[in-house]
Amino acid sequence: MAFRLKLVPDKTSVNFFKWGGIPTHATFALALASLIAVMTIGLNYGIDFLGGTTIRAESSENVAVSEYRSALDQIELGDVTITEVFDPGFRADQFVKQVRIQAANETEVSNALIGQVEAALQVVDPQVVFTAVETVGPKVSGELIQTAVLAVAASLLGIMAYVWLRFEWQFGFGAVVGLFTDAMITVGLFSVFQVRFDLTIVAAVLTIVGFSINDKVVVFDRVREILRRDSTTPLPELMVVALNETLSRTVMTTVTTILALVALYIWGGDVIRGFAFAMLFGSVIAVYSTIFVSAQVVLWLGVKRDWEKKTDTGPSGTQFTTSAE
Amino acid sequence: MHIPLWRRILTWVVVAAGVLAAVPNAFYATVEQSNDAKSQIESGVSDDALRAQAAGWPAWLPSSIVSLGLDLRGGAHLLAEVQLSQVYAERVDAMWPQVRDLLAAQRDTLGFVQRIEGGDPSALRVRISNADQAGRAVDLIRTLAQPVQTLTGIGATDLDVRADNGVISITLSEAERAATDERAMRQSLEIIRRRIDEVGTREPTIIRQGEDRILVQVPGVGSAQEVKDLIGATARLTFQHVVSSTNDPNAQVTPDQEVLPALDQPGVYYILDRQEIVSGEQLVDSQPSFDQTGRPVVTFRFNPTGARAFGEHTAQYTGSLFAIVLDGEVISAPQIREPILGGSGSISGTFNIEQTTNLAVLLRAGALPADLVFLEERTIGPELGQDSIDAGVRASIIAGLLVMGYMVLSYGLFFGMIANIALILNVTMMLGLLSIIGATLTLPGIAGIVLTMGVAVDANVLIFERMREEIRRGKAPWRCFELGYDKAMSAIIDSNITSIMIAIILYVIGSGAVRGFAVTLGLGVATSMFTAVFVTRLILLHWFEMRKPKKLEL
Repeated sequence: MAFRLKLVPDKTSVNFFKWGGIPTHATFALALASLIAVMTIGLNYGIDFLGGTTIRAESSENVAVSEYRSALDQIELGDVTITEVFDPGFRADQFVKQVRIQAANETEVSNALIGQVEAALQVVDPQVVFTAVETVGPKVSGELIQTAVLAVAASLLGIMAYVWLRFEWQFGFGAVVGLFTDAMITVGLFSVFQVRFDLTIVAAVLTIVGFSINDKVVVFDRVREILRRDSTTPLPELMVVALNETLSRTVMTTVTTILALVALYIWGGDVIRGFAFAMLFGSVIAVYSTIFVSAQVVLWLGVKRDWEKKTDTGPSGTQFTTSAE
Repeated sequence: MHIPLWRRILTWVVVAAGVLAAVPNAFYATVEQSNDAKSQIESGVSDDALRAQAAGWPAWLPSSIVSLGLDLRGGAHLLAEVQLSQVYAERVDAMWPQVRDLLAAQRDTLGFVQRIEGGDPSALRVRISNADQAGRAVDLIRTLAQPVQTLTGIGATDLDVRADNGVISITLSEAERAATDERAMRQSLEIIRRRIDEVGTREPTIIRQGEDRILVQVPGVGSAQEVKDLIGATARLTFQHVVSSTNDPNAQVTPDQEVLPALDQPGVYYILDRQEIVSGEQLVDSQPSFDQTGRPVVTFRFNPTGARAFGEHTAQYTGSLFAIVLDGEVISAPQIREPILGGSGSISGTFNIEQTTNLAVLLRAGALPADLVFLEERTIGPELGQDSIDAGVRASIIAGLLVMGYMVLSYGLFFGMIANIALILNVTMMLGLLSIIGATLTLPGIAGIVLTMGVAVDANVLIFERMREEIRRGKAPWRCFELGYDKAMSAIIDSNITSIMIAIILYVIGSGAVRGFAVTLGLGVATSMFTAVFVTRLILLHWFEMRKPKKLEL
């Protein structure tokens, strides 16, 4: 046999449930902590959700943030944050700063303001150019929050319905509990580290939900397959077998996804970094939650085992026809 | 597992078509130039340089390229809200003279008629001194109502008239509001489109969003402000009767009159009848020109209705002045020497040639029916866009190489490369599909492609892992191959359907860049199903038929 990189041996028998419900409860606690973090620390909302203006100022000279700040102190802007942006992809003479101005009530005002900001910054840094200026009015930002929350809720419900249809309600419920903790903990991470939270991050969270459900479905698919031919083995043992049998696939796919995301995180540019960060973290937590949340929840709920006695094909849930063995 | 010949051929044809559709993107600048030149030639402009550019890309090759989103190309994105309630206000406000005349004719029974100013601007409120006759007044005003021309509002009229303690309020009916909204939105879209087109910017996106919003995206524009200036130039043109002129901006006038400044004579104000003789909406054409003395002027021509109204007025008021009012300023107030019956004339003032050109453009484009409030403005510079493309391409290539390297390490050169061929075909077909359907590639869209590379191999991983299991069970190579695909199918379908569900949700709720991500994610999942399942199976099938392997090295 030629060389094969195998991170997982051919035959594994890891008993994922030997700690009982402890990892699951720990995850729930973490999700709860995330919720508390979001409620107390709050999220570092970007202008998508908060309204306001962000300006991306690029310069060929390395002017200190403090000089920018003192230049902007001259004009009455209200709440201004200036952050320096670093990226390994930048040229040697490329220095980028992000200026964020808190929501002005009228977007109309901001245009005069932007001119003022530009003039003020050019005094300390004649080379400065604004490569991006984005303004979101408070009306739209409020709607964006609503649609974001709605989207996450809709996707969770949709997935639950689908998994229920295809498997059993216990699987659907288990999957959604897992997805919910994934989403919650990811958002909590953004709260704790105060990484900017905007629409692309919501897209990232939804994508994590998508990635996570993939993982859960593959495991559940295997459980269902074993259930069909084995009516005696207790569910916990059966779940362990399913998890072990799919373990090498889980590791393979997670590694390829992480490889792609690491590339995106490092080389994809600073504009997309927050997105890559969320995805990277989420893809790890998604795999964890498959085993320690979703599978565990299904074990707690138990699965009706008598259906395969009624019929030989033993449909559990709705079946798509695939050519039989 | 047998695959009929027609399905094999079909599979390869689809692959070839997908790859062919992606080819122009490899020569992006050339194809873009050629396409631009072709569209210019089509619009009538043609010279040797253009023809040479057009010929730069062979006509027999597909020429659709992925259109880049504003975040990659640079440009301005604006979301505007049309202030529809303003239209209602204007409509009811314009009814006042009519209502006044109608009720005043019945002064004997109704008493004095007085307009109540202030309050909700979308209602016209009138007080009559004989409050007990309000019912009669309401009936009279109702005769002014017109039937509404809508499908849903059959039998409805355009006015709601109610009386309350001798105060009669007139508002637009529900059906009329809906019809007005529709008209105002369509008109706004058309006017914005014309104004942006006048500048010759290519490929602007101007679409209606929701009830009262318009999304404007103009590539290659340096700032959102430029677009706003372009759209926001209201250029509301009216012709009004001049009562007198004054030097006092706060001159006392009757409610039917207004005081407006002269554009080119500081300190001069005109007292005008509010009632318009003709308004800019009746203008059919306007051109920059020169008068007999060689001064730049703007000529105009009215439609028949406008021409008739203008003719009647000028016949009645020969000798007096009329004012040409643009955006609340009197640009000129010529004397009517003789009735102007043909409906055309010219506007003179202290204009230079450029000003007359601009004015003519603005007049032709017409006035926006209501003000716009800009809810969202984003400007992305072209440099940042290019940086993002570079970073995205770099990340995609590195991600692809990492994933492919890992696949070869895990599944060996043969099976690893089959998965990698599927992966390359997948990304290629994705680009091809994006080009064909004209979807826009955004920065998150590139992220979607990168992510797809990581996730798309999942189908092959599932299949290969199944095949390995069958090998371990000691099944014959052919059976392993068949069972690998069969058993992996349900997991592949389930996981992909859930992914597509997510992509659809993202597309529906998302806007702009997020939508771009949803498109690539959804397309990526769809094409990966095809390449990872159909194409790899076909390649393996060919291989099995040729080599008839005794043992599978997986």
